[in-house]
Amino acid sequence: MARIAFEHLAHLYPGSSAHALKPMDMVWEDAGAYALLGPSGCGKTTLLNIVSGLLRPSEGRVLFDGRDVTALPTERRNVAQVFQFPVVYDTMTVRENLAFPLRNRGVPAAAARARVEHVAGLLGLSAMLDRRARNLGADDKQKISLGRGLVRDDVAAILFDEPLTVIDPHLKWELRSRLKELHRQVPVTMIYVTHDQTEALTFADRVVVMSEGEVVQVGTPEALFDRPAHTFVGHFIGSPGMNLLPCAVEGDAAILPGGHRIGLPRAYPRLSGRLELGIRPEFAALARDGLPVTLRRIEDLGRRRIARVELEGMPFAATLPEGMAVPAEPRLALDPARLHVYADGRLAAGEG
Amino acid sequence: MAKPLDNRAWFLVLPVVALVAFSALIPVMTVVNYSVQDSFGNNEFFWNGTGWFKELLDPSTDLGGRFFDALWRTLLFSAICLLIEVPLGIGVALTLPRRGWGVAASLVLLALPLLIPWNVVGTIWQVFARRDIGLLGAAVNGLGIEYNYAQTPLAAWVTVVAMDVWHWTSLVVLLCYAGLRAIPDAYYQAAKVDGASSWAVFRAIQLPKMQRVLTIAILLRFMDSFMIYTEPFVVTGGGPGNATTFLSIDLVKIALGQFDLGKAAAMSIVYNLIVLTVCWVFFATTTRSQSEAVQ
Amino acid sequence: MSGATLAPAALAETRAPAESGALRAAVPRVVLVLYILFLLVPIYWLVNMSLKTNLEINSGMTLWPQNPTLEHYRRIFTDASWYSGYINSLTYVALNTVISLAVALPAAYAFSRYRFLGDKHLFFWLLSNRMAPPAVFALPFFQLYSAVGLFDTPWAVALAHCLFNIPLAVWILEGFMSGVPREIDEMAAIDGWSFPAFFIRHFLPLVAGGVGVAAFFCFMFSWVELLLARTLTTVNAKPIVATMTRTVSAAGMDWGLLSAAGVLTIIPGAIVIWFVRNHIARGFALGRV
Repeated sequence: MARIAFEHLAHLYPGSSAHALKPMDMVWEDAGAYALLGPSGCGKTTLLNIVSGLLRPSEGRVLFDGRDVTALPTERRNVAQVFQFPVVYDTMTVRENLAFPLRNRGVPAAAARARVEHVAGLLGLSAMLDRRARNLGADDKQKISLGRGLVRDDVAAILFDEPLTVIDPHLKWELRSRLKELHRQVPVTMIYVTHDQTEALTFADRVVVMSEGEVVQVGTPEALFDRPAHTFVGHFIGSPGMNLLPCAVEGDAAILPGGHRIGLPRAYPRLSGRLELGIRPEFAALARDGLPVTLRRIEDLGRRRIARVELEGMPFAATLPEGMAVPAEPRLALDPARLHVYADGRLAAGEG
Repeated sequence: MAKPLDNRAWFLVLPVVALVAFSALIPVMTVVNYSVQDSFGNNEFFWNGTGWFKELLDPSTDLGGRFFDALWRTLLFSAICLLIEVPLGIGVALTLPRRGWGVAASLVLLALPLLIPWNVVGTIWQVFARRDIGLLGAAVNGLGIEYNYAQTPLAAWVTVVAMDVWHWTSLVVLLCYAGLRAIPDAYYQAAKVDGASSWAVFRAIQLPKMQRVLTIAILLRFMDSFMIYTEPFVVTGGGPGNATTFLSIDLVKIALGQFDLGKAAAMSIVYNLIVLTVCWVFFATTTRSQSEAVQ
Repeated sequence: MSGATLAPAALAETRAPAESGALRAAVPRVVLVLYILFLLVPIYWLVNMSLKTNLEINSGMTLWPQNPTLEHYRRIFTDASWYSGYINSLTYVALNTVISLAVALPAAYAFSRYRFLGDKHLFFWLLSNRMAPPAVFALPFFQLYSAVGLFDTPWAVALAHCLFNIPLAVWILEGFMSGVPREIDEMAAIDGWSFPAFFIRHFLPLVAGGVGVAAFFCFMFSWVELLLARTLTTVNAKPIVATMTRTVSAAGMDWGLLSAAGVLTIIPGAIVIWFVRNHIARGFALGRV
């Protein structure tokens, strides 16, 4: 179990001119559940491979509990990893698979056996311990991969590289909740890489959102939702994502195109750069009074309805409150407490 | 996903069946026909029933003794070849880089012996191993070891086995390499994470993933080494004495040299049946163990 | 994990394995290079011999030609019985490759796409021909092709080699074709393509790699085989490999000429490998991996 810290960490693949991972400092607390979230090519897998030691960063250091492990190869780092495609050792039984990391480290047979049975119990694999691993379904294989990490009680962190990619949708939910439960039982640092926000938000205590090799926000799922630090986070998290409207800011008011003046929850100093007003569709509702908009269409998501509207020609997603009929002359009401101002994409700090 | 049942598919297979039947059935019938007759030349044939077969399978007769000698010799040769070539082939395949410029170059050089006509393989080794003009022969004799493949059976065997290893190990290498390349990187990464040694990686990942290609390699190598003719014939001519007279060489001697068609035909059939049986048993057991594992 | 106090010791430990690791990483390279040397030295020796005069060959051991000469090559290229041997060999190899592929393609398609009466038995019967020793067939083939008047023509050798190459070609192609999703066929049927048009215009390009690999194997086995090629020809269609054996017996020990002819037979194979070098690995997996 370990606290993982990065110091001035960056990575440049040989022959490439752009950083796959831009310089950063970060600390992941011991026994935390972290998710690395971002679209393909954002550098999350690069970061994961640096943690596991499969990749050596071109700059900076990686510390496990204050100890520099940058130069250590994977096998000496005490990490475990679950891959995108299930990796099991075909010719072995489930039991042998789970015991494999222990056998490689010379753990006595009796101790290994007890440990394997304990972990199999945690994962619900007890009944199939003596079956051949290669004949199992993808979800059980992923459990075995995970189990190979859990059997080692000295493991510093367990890394997950999009582990649910090949799992059937109806099993994804089961596996995800089991993972969450496991983390409560076994306090070990877990790092979960995914491009699926649902997976990230349900699994992690803290989500690290990445974009183009840069960590744009680290925070709890609530923080990412309530106060996105970057327009990318606002847009990437939530479905639909945050609405962003170009605006001008004067003290505690924003002026939208068309001259609409909106009251802000806090006052802002003079801001430079491209300014945008952000609000999530959850806090923008169709109403009788407010900004005049044109209705394009209604999307029924089951639990709620989203109205796709246009505000001065710009697309905007809003909530159609429950029980409300589709209005003939729709207007938009914004919850003033939920308004954020972004300057050049970054959240602007207000006063008060 | 099951394939659809459609007997019209036979039309697509028909040309193959016709051509192979023309090339296989008629000669097989000829062979069977000869095997039950005796001839004294002049195209005179006499019914001999199962006489040849009885003689052939009885080691106390001249023919039977000769046949069993050649059979044991050939089996020993196949066994030695397999025991050297399969481990060596796996070993060399493991040393091949997974990617980079070296791969294509290595593969081309490795495949080279496979495309040399078989009698030229014999010629190469003849030129290479002769004590008067050959580098190998001169070097070994220079070390004070008496080596002359035309005189001592042991030297002849060493030469013929070395030649077969030289000629065919590449086939095992290429097949194994093809199997190794199909292993996703994640397996190696997982093994690293699990702290596996190179040996554990080999046992747990590489060997199981090579199982299918190794089956093919062993089958092909058994078949071809058991049927070997040209290369030893060029180098040793079956000698010294009968030391390297393998089944094929003996068969051609009887059929084309002595024109003993009945004996040769009976021998052909028994020979062919041995190859078929061994291959079938091997094939059936490996595919059964594989399909059991899959279910 | 007891933290920072461990750090210096751990660092020292990592450096030592890094060095022995570099050493261990070099071992495979060394083994590979040694093995390739083992393959190349006999070939070098043949080339060496082919460039020496017979006088030099017989007068003692030299590691490279003291007076390099192309005399042996000149003799081969100016003697009709030698170069016609090349033409004959290439003729029957080409014929065999074309025939084998032409009949194996539809059959492989049938095996990869349909079940039909007796399919498994047929497949094993085809493969069993690959297991028959050529020596068994030498005499009956001689009689068969004499009877139908094909003896001493390239056709006889080409057809005889089909017995071994067609099963192999079907096997290889079936592997590659099974890798093409069956939805492609269904789409074509829905789009109204006739089967031959679909097969040639759409399907063949998808298995082009497999066709190349199968052609490579057909070339390989037909080019290297001697026993049947020699048995089925006498004068007109005599292949180069058989011309060589004649020289051994007739001209006694003309090692230089023999070596030069040997070198020349290696060249076509080397050229063919060069063309397929990037497909070799997949080809040897017979398309199934």
